[in-house]
Amino acid sequence: MNEHEAVMAASHVHRDDEASKMGMWLFLFTEVLLFGGLFILYAGYRFAYSDGFVAAAVEMNTFIGAVNTLILLTSSLTVALSIAALQKGQKRLTMNLLWFTIICGFAFLVNKYFEWSHEIHNGIYPKGPALDDMSQGEVIYFGLYYTMTGLHGLHVIIGMIFIGFVMNFIKRDIITATNFQKLENAGLYWHLVDLIWIFLFPLFYLIH
Amino acid sequence: MANGSLASSLTEVSFLEYRGKHRGILGWILSTDHKRIGLMYLLALIAFFMVAMTLGVLMKLEMLTPGETLMRPQTYNSLFTLHGVIMIFLFIIPGVPAIFGNFMLPIQIGAKDVAFPRINLFSWYLYMIGGMLAILSLFTGGGAADTGWTFYVPYSIRSAQNVSMTTSAAFVLGFSSILTGINFIVTTHRLRAPGMTWFRMPLFVWGLYATSWIQVLATPVIGITLALVILERALGIGVFDPALGGDPILYQHLFWIYSHPAVYIMILPSMGVVSEIIPTFARKDIFGYKQIAISSLAIAVIGYLVWGHHMFTSGMSDTGRVVFSLLTFLVAIPTGVKVFNWVASLYKASIQFSAPLYFVMAFIFIFSIGGLTGLVLGTLATDIHVTDTYFVVAHFHYVMFGGMGTIFFATLHYWFPKIFGKMYNEKTAIIATTFFIIGFNVLYFPMFIMGYQGMPRRYFDYLPQFQGMQILSTVGSWILVTGILMMIGNLLYALRKGPKAPMNPWGGTTLEWRVSSPPPVENFDEIPVVTGGPYVHDRQTYIMRPGSELQHHNGDRPAGEVKN
Repeated sequence: MNEHEAVMAASHVHRDDEASKMGMWLFLFTEVLLFGGLFILYAGYRFAYSDGFVAAAVEMNTFIGAVNTLILLTSSLTVALSIAALQKGQKRLTMNLLWFTIICGFAFLVNKYFEWSHEIHNGIYPKGPALDDMSQGEVIYFGLYYTMTGLHGLHVIIGMIFIGFVMNFIKRDIITATNFQKLENAGLYWHLVDLIWIFLFPLFYLIH
Repeated sequence: MANGSLASSLTEVSFLEYRGKHRGILGWILSTDHKRIGLMYLLALIAFFMVAMTLGVLMKLEMLTPGETLMRPQTYNSLFTLHGVIMIFLFIIPGVPAIFGNFMLPIQIGAKDVAFPRINLFSWYLYMIGGMLAILSLFTGGGAADTGWTFYVPYSIRSAQNVSMTTSAAFVLGFSSILTGINFIVTTHRLRAPGMTWFRMPLFVWGLYATSWIQVLATPVIGITLALVILERALGIGVFDPALGGDPILYQHLFWIYSHPAVYIMILPSMGVVSEIIPTFARKDIFGYKQIAISSLAIAVIGYLVWGHHMFTSGMSDTGRVVFSLLTFLVAIPTGVKVFNWVASLYKASIQFSAPLYFVMAFIFIFSIGGLTGLVLGTLATDIHVTDTYFVVAHFHYVMFGGMGTIFFATLHYWFPKIFGKMYNEKTAIIATTFFIIGFNVLYFPMFIMGYQGMPRRYFDYLPQFQGMQILSTVGSWILVTGILMMIGNLLYALRKGPKAPMNPWGGTTLEWRVSSPPPVENFDEIPVVTGGPYVHDRQTYIMRPGSELQHHNGDRPAGEVKN
């Protein structure tokens, strides 16, 4: 890097943690609204087809859903602890906590995989054979179920990749005890993923 | 010392001439300089605008005679869809914020760049990908979507055309829009120069700020809605398919929850520019600064809650319709506040007539017609008569094209000397503007009459009784295009041969007129200190080199070092 670029870099890529955090929160707003559209649809159809929704929810495996809730809540705790650990300068502990978070995300996806493949095996998927015998409410329920948990699953994957990048930065000492905003942003994102699941779980598994 | 001279050279070399790490085209497409990104948007937007304008002219040509004149009905359907998609998602929505917002926002608030320069460049790439997808959908699969730019279900699920690609184009463009919005909000909060309080910001910045909030809060909803249409087409999840129990009305709700606020995304930045141009050419402070600033936010807030007025005839409870109708009328209040303040600013002013101000005058005239006919559409009883007729088409061209389009050209003329450092020929600009105004009204005004008489929108054919008006309207499209081409020709000529522009050709009072034309790479060698409002003509309200000036005058220590 010659002097010219050094001056450019210094002035253009400045550090402003407050701005970075604000940008992340705004981005989370957009995520909430992205899912918000789906939650509106859920509310509308739950109102229109309450019997169908209850009938379909019986098919859900509440146990796996509860386990997944527990897994995500735990992972949210570890990602929060990792920030505290980094602030105290405990780099190794931070890395271990983040590894644990990623493993939790992975376990969540494995559970989801078994859940989905069980349903697909039973012919419950969009245009699947089992849907022919179901009421319209049940069809919509499963349409929404696959869309919403699918989109949430995608966010789990994105969150894991995000944390992966952050771990790489920590390893290379780009993220440090005094410069941890990127880790905090990753944590915020992960909490959002967790939060959305907290709403999806009762809406799809616990309704009567 | 080497560093010192280097830093000063960065504030002397203009951003157009600067040679950084990359040269040639790479120096542009890899640049995170907000000014270069703004110009890249300008180039792309003009290109897309030309494509969509050509589609529009072809449609008007088809309407010259009843029956099949130029094209098959299917082609006509694809043309009006693509005309709408390109004009709305690629031109009107990003137009003023992405080009002029990017270029001017940091300069006007006294910053060196936006808060996230790399994300800014990323937004441009997303924009280009979205644009390419929209154009590509014309030539691949079954041809461009034929659903209209609204993609209403169930037809958009059943259509054999390339709907999925067109909707994914809109999805990607939405993502670009969101990132720009986040960037501008954070920039406005974090990077204002010392002394630049909220009520000392230029009104263009207020317009951008309000717009950015709508972009952030509304765009994700259309993202998920269009993604669901794609999923519905690919997998048949059933949420919008009436055959499977889905409700098409819910689609319309979700669509307009974004697309109505989007109308204000289109117009608010333009209103901001109007509030810049008027005080400059009236040589006078703007009348009612705070009211204009707050009314931008009021429009953003109320505009978020009126989407239902697009659905008065598609099945909604009477209570819902009355509430939406009332809220719709409420938007007219902050809009009226702005219009009255603009007119009041001209009262007893020493007005300097010029092309940008001419466009602004045309805007106030055209936009008022558009706004008043909007009240006809917002009233429940009259709306039923004119729904889905040319009346609606005329109305939204008056507010969208007449609003955002006219101001886009006004802005282009207003900041052209600042951006390129060249002056255009004023006389040619005035003639072109006159063609533009006459053509515009000849093209769209007959549509109000035809619509009122019952001419439905989106038909490639019509009854013989409408032919006179249709011919008039088509001729109008030729006049309008003549005006636009003359204007662009004039600007292109100025770019090559125009005389060099001074720092402040119009006598503007905001910060961008205090840096050279074109602006230097770094915008400011020292972050300025702001001591007064943005439109004060009789004294200086900016200290451009606070360090040296303050020390020189009273030996005081330099005013606070800047956050960035």
